[in-house]
Amino acid sequence: MEFAELIKTPRVDGVVLHRPFLPTVEGTLCLTGHHLILSSRQDNTEELWLLHSNIDSIEKRFVGSLGTIIVKCKDLRVIQLDIPGMEESMNIGSSIEALSTLESVSLMYPFFYRPMFEVIEDGWNSFLPEEAFKDIESATDEWRLSGVNKDFAVCPSYPALLVVPRDMDDDTLRKAATFRHGGRFPVLSYYHKKNGMVMMRAGQPLTGTNGRRCKEDEKLINATLRAGKRGYIIDTRTINQAQQAKARGGGFEQEANYPQWRRIHKAIERWNILQESLIKLVEACNDQSPSMDRWLSKLEASNWLTHVKEILTTACLAAQCIDREGASVLVHGTEGTDSTLQVTSLAQIILDPASRTIRGFQSLVEREWLQAGHPFQQRCAQSAYSMGKPRWEAPVFLLFLDCVWQILRQFPCSFQFNEHFLVQLFQHAYASQFGTFMGNNAAERVKLKLSQKTVSLWSWVNRPQQMDRFLNPLYEPNSLVIWPSVAPQSLLLWEGVFLRWNRSSKCLDEASEEMVHIIEYNKDLQAKVNALRRQLAQLETQDSPLDTP
Amino acid sequence: MEHITTPKVEQVKLLDRYTSKKPAVGTLYLTATHLIYVETPGNVRKETWILHHHIATVEKLPLTTTGCPLLIHCKNFRVAHFVLPRERDCQEVSQSLLKLSQPAKEEELYAFLYNPKQNENDRKAGWSIVDLSVEFRRMGLPNDFWELTDLNKNYGICSTYPAALAVPKVASKPTIVGSSKFRSRGRFPVLSYFHKLTNAAICRCSQPLSGFSARCVEDEQMLQAISKANPKSPFMYVVDTRPKLNAMANRAAGKGYENEDHYSNIRFQFVGIENIHVMRNSLQKLVEVCAMKSPTMSDYLTGLENSGWLRHIKAVMDAGVFLAKAVVEEKASVLVHCSDGWDRTAQVCSLASVLLDPYYRTITGLMVLIEKEWISMGHKFTQRCGHLEGDPKEVSPVFTQFIECLWHLMEQYPCAFEFNEKYLIEIHDHVYSCQFGNFIGNCQKERVELRLEERTYSVWPYLLEKKEEFINPLYKGLLKIAMLRPNTLPFNFKFWCTMYNRFDKGMHPKQSVLEHLLTLMRQKSEEEENVTELQKKLVAIDRVNEEHLCQASASAKQPTEVPPTSHSSSVHERKLMAHLTNGTSEDTGPITGSANGKGQDEWSGLESSLTVANGKTVALEIPKTSRMVEAESPTRATTTVEE
Repeated sequence: MEFAELIKTPRVDGVVLHRPFLPTVEGTLCLTGHHLILSSRQDNTEELWLLHSNIDSIEKRFVGSLGTIIVKCKDLRVIQLDIPGMEESMNIGSSIEALSTLESVSLMYPFFYRPMFEVIEDGWNSFLPEEAFKDIESATDEWRLSGVNKDFAVCPSYPALLVVPRDMDDDTLRKAATFRHGGRFPVLSYYHKKNGMVMMRAGQPLTGTNGRRCKEDEKLINATLRAGKRGYIIDTRTINQAQQAKARGGGFEQEANYPQWRRIHKAIERWNILQESLIKLVEACNDQSPSMDRWLSKLEASNWLTHVKEILTTACLAAQCIDREGASVLVHGTEGTDSTLQVTSLAQIILDPASRTIRGFQSLVEREWLQAGHPFQQRCAQSAYSMGKPRWEAPVFLLFLDCVWQILRQFPCSFQFNEHFLVQLFQHAYASQFGTFMGNNAAERVKLKLSQKTVSLWSWVNRPQQMDRFLNPLYEPNSLVIWPSVAPQSLLLWEGVFLRWNRSSKCLDEASEEMVHIIEYNKDLQAKVNALRRQLAQLETQDSPLDTP
Repeated sequence: MEHITTPKVEQVKLLDRYTSKKPAVGTLYLTATHLIYVETPGNVRKETWILHHHIATVEKLPLTTTGCPLLIHCKNFRVAHFVLPRERDCQEVSQSLLKLSQPAKEEELYAFLYNPKQNENDRKAGWSIVDLSVEFRRMGLPNDFWELTDLNKNYGICSTYPAALAVPKVASKPTIVGSSKFRSRGRFPVLSYFHKLTNAAICRCSQPLSGFSARCVEDEQMLQAISKANPKSPFMYVVDTRPKLNAMANRAAGKGYENEDHYSNIRFQFVGIENIHVMRNSLQKLVEVCAMKSPTMSDYLTGLENSGWLRHIKAVMDAGVFLAKAVVEEKASVLVHCSDGWDRTAQVCSLASVLLDPYYRTITGLMVLIEKEWISMGHKFTQRCGHLEGDPKEVSPVFTQFIECLWHLMEQYPCAFEFNEKYLIEIHDHVYSCQFGNFIGNCQKERVELRLEERTYSVWPYLLEKKEEFINPLYKGLLKIAMLRPNTLPFNFKFWCTMYNRFDKGMHPKQSVLEHLLTLMRQKSEEEENVTELQKKLVAIDRVNEEHLCQASASAKQPTEVPPTSHSSSVHERKLMAHLTNGTSEDTGPITGSANGKGQDEWSGLESSLTVANGKTVALEIPKTSRMVEAESPTRATTTVEE
């Protein structure tokens, strides 16, 4: 199929673009295979380049011969295009609809995108599992890298290489995989160097109604316990949900079969409920009503902050088991691809200072989300404005980023990256020129040959010029465990995402510039003092014989 | 002292408000001015001082197995939950506190005892720091349209107004006197703020005694005079800050609001701010929300909504914005009133002034504004703050709301204010503390009668002394932002955790950007001094050198210029900063090892040179408190691991 078939009117003049808090722009609208472009064709004026894949839904209205298209984007921006001419606007409207809902993965922009920058470091190789394992290997020899899943046959949503207990052979793993949802047998998620405790993750055990058990599974997770020590299993479902799962072949670890483990149920909502929550929240934020009661009750009814609190609370619990109780932890929900990953990745933010650096965070996203098989393509296919019936869409990753932002807000000096970086990750997860967030798991990415055919987001992020924009000027390495507060008073609406397009950010941007300025000035001053001191010291030593005539 | 029957109680527990961790055990002391609780866990003495006047309520709860609980709520939003071993002690302490927190007479307030050992001249000078006649001059008065009058010098026309007032030049004495008779409590229209650029003015008064049909020629002339003082504008606004229904109800009592037909060229407007009773109840509900034990997000947000607090804050803000826009955009004068013109009117006029005039966003400017619109114009601080034993229905957080509005503005305009959040909280503390004379009394007449300026100290010099703490490092100076036009859509109003959950430190960010920047500011001035000093030394040595050079005609030449700094190794500069700030900020932990391995030698050299040069070990010392982040208990919700 050619894009040209979908573009009936590639160009319209005299289109007026309305954006919140920016002056309107009149110019020429062009449609290409992947972009909607509006250019005023004057120098120094901003142009709009919008990826079709960023468009969540559009609304068309006609008044006489003037058509108005309201474009609602996955990054939550809403823009309006006034297009003269009935036919033109109808054509543009239907083209945008068609181009923004292309089903075929091979037509996605990352396959066509050629970077305007030189790729210095290929992001596809920046965070290889072998490399990540070296770090664990340096601290312990109790774990090994297994290639049991190298052809993705044991578990289709796991990567080819997995970290497992040293003494468990691949056969045991294969057997344990048959006992876990989606073949997701317990694997290492995080090794806490401070006390050698570990966090593992898995899918739910397939006990079913008759209480099936699996010796290999038991052996596998028991192998991670120190002699005489107990571990914790954190189930991200309520006990009732876990019970009900038995009827569908799932279930939870029975005490009798896992006597060394204590099970804790902490409810995190499932993805379909989260999607509904996002839609309600965004609707509330876009409500222009002056009524305070209406805003607060809509904010409450969206339940978004409730989800943030639930997820953070569970992550704190996992971190606490490891750091405070000195126990190892296994986390799972049903599939082990959503709430499980929220918990394991946030627990690492709390526990591991490395994950609070900019590269460490990328590595975390790579390990705990991309490699771990969070189905990005399904979850991020649509965002808050989608008109269609949701299928597998859910803001699971966005909630994770929101929780990271909450911790960042509470520990503003402990993160090497800034809020802007988190916002960028949100945007790229939903629509991007890079291949990083394409596909649902490692197997799909291999099949799509993404690493050969597309550019990695990390290649772009890690260019020095680019990375500077994502650095937090207040950062000071903090080697401690950071415990966030989960009291409702401590959790705020993430304005950087949800109110980003609903208010002017001029004054806030000015403030952060001023902050950078103060910090830079102090650094320069410090350097100057040191240079002067050195110079003085040098002079004094040189001159000392002369000084004493 | 006659109120203190039990000055000391031992074995008193102080319960943590949220966690169920083991309560502290210590000794409770009552002094003439403070309740002091001393605990000595692990031989570290920890003292909690609570000023009697800060105590809002003292509740004796039912006896429990562990003792007799005493719950104290403070006006600065501290909550202290003590458990005393014996009921009799509890009874006596609670009786004493009730008496001590709200004495019967002004003379028993802390301010009359407080003696910071200053000499008399300094004390007097302190009272003249804020001079309202200077402020009128700053505004551009007197001018062709406005003048100062001393008609009220004996508080004869209006007992709650100050002696010096600004009125339209054309308003004659009979007009003023006549108008005052037609206004509730004689509070006739006077100038609040004159906007030089547009010539428009904000004026304030109380409601007219119009009933259903009464009118008053002098009052109509008075409004006419205000209108004429802004000749370019064909009309003026009259803003009634009450909800329309309340204003209408007042008509039955012979009060009410202006009839547009009787006054020429006025545009009448209600803005709907609720009365003091609604506000008091609203704050009560908000405080209950803050005190909830492990609320769910939904409980909290619903509670916040039901308290109505943010709705009221928004109403005040909207009214302030309305005034400022009228003045700047329509160049129209505005007359503001509520019922008596000392609560909502004070809020709205002072807020509009802050929006219009950058001066009021400075540290001294805010002092002047509070003196002018609140203290001098007769906001009844004694009653509204409940300083004395009296009618609890007169207590209302009107001033607190004004302070909170400023905070919301600061959140939206982080570079527009010279002061930071701590300044607001400190002022709020002292409004209730009665440590200084400024906020004692209900009007100027009462203050003069109490001879406060002779017998007490002013708070302003005390605050100026601590100015450094209150600076906003991001402030861009007076000229940057003239008028503030805040966005008042509901999502801009957030719960002010640092105020209402101020003593629940666990809820606050564990690292403070403000503190961090303030540390940098201090370092900056230190280092700037260092630079000057070093440069001087270098020049001196250089001179000696040159002499030697001339004598010996040596070949090596020393550079006299300071080498540029920006291109030097940025990696170790950054590390240097990290060390420096780590050493002085209490919020962060110790430093991890070298991030990149290389450059270590060069770095340690620098480090030691810095340490030596500074004369103190700023760069190397890792304060004890740096471990606090970790030592603090993990999140409340996760402290107990349940099956």
